[in-house]
Amino acid sequence: MDLYEYQARELFARHDVPVLPGDVATTPGEASAVADKLGGKVVVKAQVKTGGRGKAGGVKLADGPADAERQAEAIIGLDIKGHRTERVLVTEAAPIAAEYYVSFLLDRTNRGFLAIASAEGGVEIEQLAAERPAALAKVPIDPMAGVSLAKAATILTAAGFPGQVIDETAGVLVKLWQAFVAEDATLVEVNPLIRDGSDRIVALDAKVTLDGNAAFRQPGHAALADGEAGDPLEAAARARDLNYVKLDGQVGVIGNGAGLVMSTLDVVAYTGERYGGVTPANFLDIGGGASAEVMAAGLEVIMSDPDVRSVFVNVFGGITACDAVAGGIVRAFELLAEQGTPVERPLVVRLDGNNAEEGRRILDEANLPGLVRVDTMDAAADRAAQLAAGA
Amino acid sequence: MAIFLDESSKVIVQGMTGAQGAHHTARMLRAGTNVVGGVNARKAGTTAGIEGKRLPVFGSVKEARAHTGAETSVLFVPPKFAKDAVTEAIDAEIELAVVITEGIPVHDSAAFWAQAVAAGSKTRIIGPNCPGVISPGKSNAGIIPADITGPGPIGLVSKSGTLTYQLMYELGDVGFTTAVGIGGDPIIGTTHIDCLAAFEQDPDTEVMVLIGEIGGDAEERAADYIKANVSKPVVGYVAGFTAPEGKTMGHAGAIVSGSSGTAAAKKTALEAAGVHVGKTPSETAELVRKVLS
Repeated sequence: MDLYEYQARELFARHDVPVLPGDVATTPGEASAVADKLGGKVVVKAQVKTGGRGKAGGVKLADGPADAERQAEAIIGLDIKGHRTERVLVTEAAPIAAEYYVSFLLDRTNRGFLAIASAEGGVEIEQLAAERPAALAKVPIDPMAGVSLAKAATILTAAGFPGQVIDETAGVLVKLWQAFVAEDATLVEVNPLIRDGSDRIVALDAKVTLDGNAAFRQPGHAALADGEAGDPLEAAARARDLNYVKLDGQVGVIGNGAGLVMSTLDVVAYTGERYGGVTPANFLDIGGGASAEVMAAGLEVIMSDPDVRSVFVNVFGGITACDAVAGGIVRAFELLAEQGTPVERPLVVRLDGNNAEEGRRILDEANLPGLVRVDTMDAAADRAAQLAAGA
Repeated sequence: MAIFLDESSKVIVQGMTGAQGAHHTARMLRAGTNVVGGVNARKAGTTAGIEGKRLPVFGSVKEARAHTGAETSVLFVPPKFAKDAVTEAIDAEIELAVVITEGIPVHDSAAFWAQAVAAGSKTRIIGPNCPGVISPGKSNAGIIPADITGPGPIGLVSKSGTLTYQLMYELGDVGFTTAVGIGGDPIIGTTHIDCLAAFEQDPDTEVMVLIGEIGGDAEERAADYIKANVSKPVVGYVAGFTAPEGKTMGHAGAIVSGSSGTAAAKKTALEAAGVHVGKTPSETAELVRKVLS
């Protein structure tokens, strides 16, 4: 889960990573009030989960409450790379003497963590990595040893930080590492980390990604989930505990197992080229169990997507037997009819694997309206794409 | 022959007395796995009746190992307790720890991996969030259905469970030496490369199947490894061409970040290493048949 800057900033502050005084505002009036409380010049920043805010006009300097209100007026509602700005963060405007970059992140390759630091912050880090890789220090972190002051100093020295700021910056880096560990983060990034006019080291921006798997020991993280933003279908799926991602095609997809569902999307898109570019409408993994209730919940979400013209249910009976899955599909049709939302778009079902014969027999006997049984994945994807194109 | 697991493997199950653990222990026994006991500190000294066997329950992995001589452990321990359970297996110098558990915090996986390395890498960790490893006709450590296929010349390594089953099914008449589900988490123990290296050394494996998916660069690194070290033919499949950037697709590690981790880049890298990459699972199975014919 990615956090908004204002959430990440509050998380930093809780772990004593120095940040600028400020507060979040959802209306221009609130922005004015925050600016009034802070006094002096302020910065008004769009809160969106994407980069390139500055270029899109989402970051503005304001010389007081009235100006902050005007700037917030212009920024709230602004569309930045498809993300609508709902809030702004208003902070003190800090005089910047130098800009640096620091982050801790997951290192999949080395199965541990990585510190990345540069004395040249403030620019897009991917751009810096591409253009001036020597300006970046990448230092592996042993999860058992963590980051001590000495380790932090080593990282900063490798990154070319000037000697006079290393002591203080190392202290900040240790706090940042502590935040990374304590919050079960997979990324904490500060760009820029600045030296201000009084030689203090302050995090001017904050980017944090949290590990959803750690929710059981991070009770505070649920409140950070972004209830308002995002696709309404994804929100509906989340409420039903479904593993769903909205895509922009026409074939609804349900399958069991993440790999098989990703593969199903690809096969639909591949075969869909033959039908004028039909593509998948969603990712939905109902997992190994594939119970009737989960199948019904999945079909319900997919059927409520107006873009869906056909549905492809692709199940391989591995642990779960196909007869149980077929029973689940039949029961799902009944459940949806009972609640007044019957399945009205064509459904292509491919059942294969454990007890496939029995599963197919159950479907044939149930004679469900609009259900087509096709027994191989490629042929079933083709039929679903064809039905979506013809509908 | 097979890799990592064969008929001589003695298996204990951590979390055997839980619902999942008991269910899959029964399945493993039916598949011929030599399950010799389980671990649960609260039920130490008791036995569990599974598939007509009375399996002893030990208080610790060390104790289980001492009494049974088991060198393999399969873990069905809930995420909350998984780190301690893997640590216990490492401390007992278990040779193969198969971590089935899904939903382990990534800081915990990083911690037990670091512990395993610090302990001299005596313990091979497979997973977490994986279906396990099966050497058909010999032994099954995990949740891969044992009745899909029998022994044969194919060695398979995959991030995905269901795609493993799918390929095993499509090539069911050919058979497998060993199939390893390495898991879909961002941090996993055994990698594609570890499995390719073992299959290269296994005299009975004639062709390898590598199944990858979006996220990270494990497939690209496997491609480099194949180019330099693998003489046997490799057939590949990559899932997730249609996955949008920035969205986690079911597996915690299946995410395209910016321009990295895309399926297209992985396919290109594998093909450049001489790997035949199928467009669909069925086409991938056909490629394997062609290599063997």
